[in-house]
Amino acid sequence: MTLAITRRATLAGLFAPLLTAPGMSAAFAAAATSRRFVVILLRGGLDGLHAVPPHADPGLAAARSRLAVPPPGAEGGALPLDGHFGLHPALAGLHGLYGERLLTVFHAVGGFSPERSHFIAQDCLECGAGERLSSGWLNRLAAALPQKPGGAQTALAVGVSLPLLLRGPASVGSFLPQGAQRPPADLYAQVLALHRTDPVTGPALAAGMAERDYAAGVIGADDSKDTATRFSFANLALSAGKLLAAPDGPRLAALELGGWDTHAAQANRLTQPLKSLDAGILALRTGLGAAWNQTVVLIATEFGRTVRENGTNGTDHGTGMAAFLAGGAVQGGSVLADWPGLGEKDLHEARDLRPTTSLRAITRTVLAEHYGLNAATLADILPGSERDKLLKALVRA
Amino acid sequence: MQTEQFHALARFGLGRRGNEALPGDPRAWLAAQLAGADPGPDGASKAETALAAIARQQLEKTPEAIAAARALYRGETIRLLDHAVASQTPFRERLVWFWANHFTISARMPGCAPLVGAYVAEAIRPHVTGRFADMLRAVMRHPAMLIYLDNAQSIGPASQAGQVSRRGLNENLARECLELHTISPAGGYTQADVTALARLLTGWSVRVQQEPRGFLFRPRAHEPGGATVMGQRFADGEAGGLTALDFLATHPATYRHLATKLARHFVADSPPPEAVRRIESVLRDTDGDLGAASRAIIELPQAWEPAGKLRSPLDFVLASLRALSLGPDRRPDLISVMAGLGQIPFNAPLPNGWPDTASGWTGPEALLRRVDAAYALAGRAPDADPLAIAESTLGPLLGAATLDRLRGAPSRREALALLLASPEFQRR
Repeated sequence: MTLAITRRATLAGLFAPLLTAPGMSAAFAAAATSRRFVVILLRGGLDGLHAVPPHADPGLAAARSRLAVPPPGAEGGALPLDGHFGLHPALAGLHGLYGERLLTVFHAVGGFSPERSHFIAQDCLECGAGERLSSGWLNRLAAALPQKPGGAQTALAVGVSLPLLLRGPASVGSFLPQGAQRPPADLYAQVLALHRTDPVTGPALAAGMAERDYAAGVIGADDSKDTATRFSFANLALSAGKLLAAPDGPRLAALELGGWDTHAAQANRLTQPLKSLDAGILALRTGLGAAWNQTVVLIATEFGRTVRENGTNGTDHGTGMAAFLAGGAVQGGSVLADWPGLGEKDLHEARDLRPTTSLRAITRTVLAEHYGLNAATLADILPGSERDKLLKALVRA
Repeated sequence: MQTEQFHALARFGLGRRGNEALPGDPRAWLAAQLAGADPGPDGASKAETALAAIARQQLEKTPEAIAAARALYRGETIRLLDHAVASQTPFRERLVWFWANHFTISARMPGCAPLVGAYVAEAIRPHVTGRFADMLRAVMRHPAMLIYLDNAQSIGPASQAGQVSRRGLNENLARECLELHTISPAGGYTQADVTALARLLTGWSVRVQQEPRGFLFRPRAHEPGGATVMGQRFADGEAGGLTALDFLATHPATYRHLATKLARHFVADSPPPEAVRRIESVLRDTDGDLGAASRAIIELPQAWEPAGKLRSPLDFVLASLRALSLGPDRRPDLISVMAGLGQIPFNAPLPNGWPDTASGWTGPEALLRRVDAAYALAGRAPDADPLAIAESTLGPLLGAATLDRLRGAPSRREALALLLASPEFQRR
């Protein structure tokens, strides 16, 4: 802690001006929102039919004689949701949330782009549009929320890199557990001074320093666990929860989890990432403590996968997918899906789950309800999004 | 002033090695690196060797077999990093890493991890100054790529094997071939083209458990009847797939895609259109000669403008080791260092490889970790003279503000770390 205090004292004068968004001053800053919003990006294309099997649809077993998760009650069967859908057995924690009415499951959801390319579809998901933009929608949301009077940046990236979702005009913090031995505080000050006028590196270095100080203050040193545990998704989610819970902590956060691109041996390969996701949500709740009640977590992927299993016990890139809302502020306990069916004639382009709602509409509704944003602001954050009248009361008032 | 020499070392190369002699004419020095064969590192393991380790791992599933396969990945990766640190043809070496990233394979798919050394040696390095069509063929037939993108198990539904087994098509390799390796989405392919190419590539497989281990065309798994890709009809058989790859390799959209990526790598994150057009026209006029395209990059006036590209973590670590003349005995574990910076070699999260623009590497924590890594590396060179190293590695590119702070640093180690973390050293 001594180190952090020294560093803060040394650096305060250097980066303070960079931390305030242009045109904002502390004097005019409104009180920060108490509502937390977390996005978990599942990169690679989660197979919604595997995570949330529609076991009552006879088309599932027909299309997936080797891959289908058995129905509830069978050995290794799905955990029951509403009689039509179940949850993969590795998602026991999410199933518990469903029982508490703190989880909403969406199915047959269309992504931001109809493309089956990971990279186009992920870029569109992160930009919040049908095309690539220069900023991510979570960054634009950060810019639209009342400026925080101090403490951490409004938005937090968990991990080494800054996802496109969080790139843009608003300054963003990031967090990763401490790895190797760190240099003396003054070295950072010197490096920051050299980069201060560099538009590419200057602002990010300054934001990084501020966030590290902040995280050290909130979480403290975390050397008790081995490296693998420290960098596990659950531990990252736990730390993110603690940071979000702090009174002057961030209000928005993005986490990423991979392992979903299961072209082969899907049944084996999906179990571990699903378990990680499940453990991560529970850890996030633990970290958030009482702030969990003011939190909405959106879990989203770039596209769904083919309805029929492919030739290698996996699935290829598809269209309709599953998405989840979890959190103490979620009006949950239901599966929201206008189910298109899995029969041969029901499929999109004769291969994919046909989307009947969109991630764009879901996101728009969540932001509107959670933050009370008006239509103009929503149009900035999610261009081209429209209200879906079937989606309402996703978030508790 | 030797600004162009130092610029060439950073922009086209991997930074200066210690106090090595500066090139006389930088353009001639770069062009000379493209001539002749590139033998690569000594002792790289062959695909057969790596496949034997994979076979043992699959068959025995013992901790020893798994550790042996993992050791092969680590050993081959370190060998490639060492080779780059010591390279006297750093432009050629940069091109090797560029093309290996274009045709990404990733150890995140454990089945291809032991093959990284063989993959670079057999599919990438021999073709860096040759024809793109030859590189594409070599890559698409290499066990590492066939395993990484699942084609090894893809079976034509109407093939002999497809009719008796319940297995079938896997379109992963075909999709990434169109999207990432050749024509890109700008080429305007459809889902039908992806499926058609996947059919043409059925039977392109790998023999792992029996000798001779390596690429194997399995006629029994090959879809009969041929297929139409991008309006072009291709026959079935192994030859049909090869012809389709040649068609894609020499497609105008492929040349545009490759030219854009090369210009982004060597010129600017947003490559100037004239630079892209120039490389594109050379590729078109030479039937996809990558040596000619590389020579054209040297001659681009835009490539000689002051450095604006942020070094990737890989470039940064290689340049630091070269600047500090850190031999293998004094280095930290490079894979751990790269892990801390978010770029473990041959471990990209997805088949599009590592980012090649600053925005992919400028997360706040990511940049701070460069400072941490600079400090860790500086600690390995306790006797180094920071000012002499600053002079030898950056020459006239070293700015007055950085020099001032190096002089004022409280210790040699901090001065060295400051040098490596400075804006000048972070650029290429």
